[in-house]
Amino acid sequence: MAQTATRTKPATRGTTKPRRGSVRRGGRFAGESPELLQDYFYEMTLIRRFEERAAQGYTQAKIGGYCHLNLGEEATVVGLMRALRKTDLLFTNYREHGYAIAKGIEPGRVMAELYGRTTGTSKGWGGSMHMFDVEAGLLGGYGIVGGQIPLATGAALAIDYRGGDQVVMCQMGDGTTNIGAFHEALNIAALWNLPVVFVVINNKLGMGTTVDKSSAESELYKRASAYRMHGERVDGNDVLAVRDAASRLVEQARETGRPALLEAVSERLKGHSVVDPAKYRSEESVEQAKQADPVANFRAELIEAGILDEDAAVEIERKAQAEADAAVAFADDSPHPDPSTLFDYTYATPVANDSRRLPADPVF
Amino acid sequence: MAVITYRQALHDTLREEMLRDEDVFLIGEEIGVFEGSYKITAGLLKEFGEKRVRDTPIAEEGFVGAAVGAAMLGLRPVVELMTINFSLIALDQIVNHAAKIYGMFGGQTSVPMVLRTPGGGGQQLGATHSQNIELYYAFVPGLKVVAPSTPADAKALLLASIRDNDPVLFLENLALYNTKGEVPDVVEPAEIGKAKVSKPGTDITIIGYSRMAMVAQQVAEQLQADEGINAEVVDLRSLRPLDRETVVESVRKTGCAVIAEDDWLTYGIGAEIAASISDGAFDYLDAPVRRVAAAEVPLPYAKPLERAALPSAESLTTAVHQTLEAVGRRR
Ligand SMILES: Cc1ncc(C[n+]2csc(CCOP(=O)(O)OP(=O)(O)O)c2C)c(N)n1
Repeated sequence: MAQTATRTKPATRGTTKPRRGSVRRGGRFAGESPELLQDYFYEMTLIRRFEERAAQGYTQAKIGGYCHLNLGEEATVVGLMRALRKTDLLFTNYREHGYAIAKGIEPGRVMAELYGRTTGTSKGWGGSMHMFDVEAGLLGGYGIVGGQIPLATGAALAIDYRGGDQVVMCQMGDGTTNIGAFHEALNIAALWNLPVVFVVINNKLGMGTTVDKSSAESELYKRASAYRMHGERVDGNDVLAVRDAASRLVEQARETGRPALLEAVSERLKGHSVVDPAKYRSEESVEQAKQADPVANFRAELIEAGILDEDAAVEIERKAQAEADAAVAFADDSPHPDPSTLFDYTYATPVANDSRRLPADPVF
Repeated sequence: MAVITYRQALHDTLREEMLRDEDVFLIGEEIGVFEGSYKITAGLLKEFGEKRVRDTPIAEEGFVGAAVGAAMLGLRPVVELMTINFSLIALDQIVNHAAKIYGMFGGQTSVPMVLRTPGGGGQQLGATHSQNIELYYAFVPGLKVVAPSTPADAKALLLASIRDNDPVLFLENLALYNTKGEVPDVVEPAEIGKAKVSKPGTDITIIGYSRMAMVAQQVAEQLQADEGINAEVVDLRSLRPLDRETVVESVRKTGCAVIAEDDWLTYGIGAEIAASISDGAFDYLDAPVRRVAAAEVPLPYAKPLERAALPSAESLTTAVHQTLEAVGRRR
């Protein structure tokens, strides 16, 4: 690796102010609410357990298609989502299960989408890569690398057009920064002062290609300067650092309408998708990812700081496991879509001569 | 009832829709300060300001995608793509995103946007600037593709397209902008997906769309006047959805058909129409269905070559004559 992640000191606390009942001792948790810290730990653990159950569902053939997990990126996911208001909008790539949960969608509905059931986030029409929920502000997971970036810019345009105070966050991977849509959309967002925060999750891998083999400038936050946009890099394994950096950029976008670029440096614990054994990875890289495991490390830190004891940690983990299990049960119990609904979602405005032919139907 | 150009009809409709609905805005290259490459948007920046008439950088994927995102939040962007040739740069946003978002998210959000774009050759613009590739879009479920040939239809279909909740590719043609026609004082939105019998007749059916529908109309009128041939003309107007019924009904009546299209023959829109006729009017046919289409070459620059490559009134007349001879119906 050409560079290692620099840990951003949690000096600026963004929107989260020290308050009563907060951790008093010095150190990195100073001023944090213990409940909130436990909450982050719960959510990161829930995403971890959820993804483990998703991987299991895949091997049981209950889940089909592709299935890209957030394993190793939980701190980034939770940190980013805590910087957003419920009404703020999120566009993601295909690696979005954790984001869907952290943005406020019931895990059961997320799992049901993986199972292709009518109770899923997209009623079974989207699958792993295409989750969506207006109320939670998730405006979609997208499977074409970079395809979501112009859309997010357009959503920010609509907010600006109507004088709203929402902010759009657009998540993507490091490999995505080299596609034309990235340049076009960031340029337009900066030209038109649109309130969108572009977030690059730099897990240093796009499938099997390392970031330094795909990006001529592999310190990706520096790309921002080409658009006169603020760019920043943060340790994606540190939930507080991510939350603080993201909060700052989100609030700045809300106030000034200016876009920004945040790079969160993280690690992918497993393969690109559940079927990828990641044979291309060196032992060092896998070992480094294990060492950086944000869930295990955060747990240890919380215990060391006296915010959790072992029993409390186990209790949280038990709860997270139960919620992941309940999500699976909900998905399992949910109905499959009926083939009679096949033509329900081709057009929003009904239209003359809309073809409703099944493969063996005659044309006349 | 006023006689106005196709260009004027488009301009007036955009203006009226912007006055009617605050959510309608225009976005594209050179549509504001420059007033549009083909001047459809002349004067609109002055009247509505930069918020509603947005000049974009040369970034087709970026601004088409931005329009899709804005439409997802309920705005009604009308995108001008300078010509359909450049839409290829935005293909991902049109085909993978605009067309799919309603379906792949289970109907939770739709994309009420219009992509206005001229196509067509005949201006000596060479191979990359003279294409008729509407077929690429007409192939895709989730998109609607309309192709009006007259000023009145341009207005009625543009009204319908702007008010529609789905992405509509609105095909114009460079050769149509200066053509004139009667436009009623009050125009109702057209029904997307419906073809129009623009001249009733009994001897032969001529099917066309966009420029070739206009040419078909002229040819049919000429044949009627000169030779007493009573051709029926079907103007498809909508390429997706496709009104097979109107085509088939006409061919059942006349027993023969010529299809006139500006695109290439192989796998072209005419192929789909011919297949539909085979499906729905096989027993009524007195002669094979003929297609008049562009020569299958990258369109050349040199005038005689370009002229030879494109279908025209002459080539269509020839095909009609030959078909009528085959059925023994030529007077
Ligand atoms: C336009 C496009 N090209 C290729 C692919 C196949 N593909 C899917 S994910 C991926 C790697 C993307 O890597 P990165 O952006 O770093 O995201 P990560 O998977 O690490 O989250 C590729 C090449 C695609 N989906 N879309």
